[in-house]
Amino acid sequence: MNRDKLKMNSVMMTMQSKAVNVGLARSMVAALASQCDAVTVNALEELKVAVSEAVSNAIIHGYENQEDKQLILRADLLEDGILIAVEDEGVGIANIAQAMEPSYSQDPERMGLGFAFMQSFTDRLEVESAPGRGTTVRMFKYFCQGDQKNACQA
Amino acid sequence: MALKLECRNDALLVWVNGDFDLVSAAEFRQKVDTALEDQRPRHLIVNMSRMTFMDSSGLGVLLGRLKLIQNRKGRMFLTGVRPEVLKVLNLSGIIPLLQITKTEDEAMALLRKGAVK
Repeated sequence: MNRDKLKMNSVMMTMQSKAVNVGLARSMVAALASQCDAVTVNALEELKVAVSEAVSNAIIHGYENQEDKQLILRADLLEDGILIAVEDEGVGIANIAQAMEPSYSQDPERMGLGFAFMQSFTDRLEVESAPGRGTTVRMFKYFCQGDQKNACQA
Repeated sequence: MALKLECRNDALLVWVNGDFDLVSAAEFRQKVDTALEDQRPRHLIVNMSRMTFMDSSGLGVLLGRLKLIQNRKGRMFLTGVRPEVLKVLNLSGIIPLLQITKTEDEAMALLRKGAVK
């Protein structure tokens, strides 16, 4: 997901795989995106859900709720949007296409909508994974919709 | 997130304050399930007017409680839903399975009249 746009700012965070860090991750990304004047409230809300899903997936599925593992969150603020990467070194996914289908989750308390939300609330989603080799989720989101795409003035 | 629970007539009322995610969903499930078990209300009303965020973890826990309420032939209401939370609910497709009202009084009134789906 290489983009030629100018990078305005970037943050990389290493986090322990604890549920409390899901909120921390989405607050950090929202705060970074807010540095750009062009970002809409709507885009920020959608971005927060997408980040929350990616980090929750890493904790619940990647690390099977073990709290002592590490995950990396990278966020690059570009002129017209934000690029997010969430990396874990967990169990990995054997069949990515199947895992991305809604309601794939094995747990009746979960709806299996994590990937569906990431897909709906961002403009591009890529998943790289193999069993035993961890998972990296990359997402890109424009700050504005349609022809209102303004450049970032941050 | 902060939770407040109260039983009124045959309904359990729950107020959710703050973000509804992986952390708070677990607390919601534990407290609501205990109240549903101990006090045996038939209906569940969740006041979401102060819910600032919801993701699929929160949604999954709501769906799980909906199943429990349906098993006891009750009704589930979500009240005061904010637009950003409504967007997540809309995508999930669970809206037709429950009732959305502006306030919990409106939900209680519908229950009294028996005017619910």
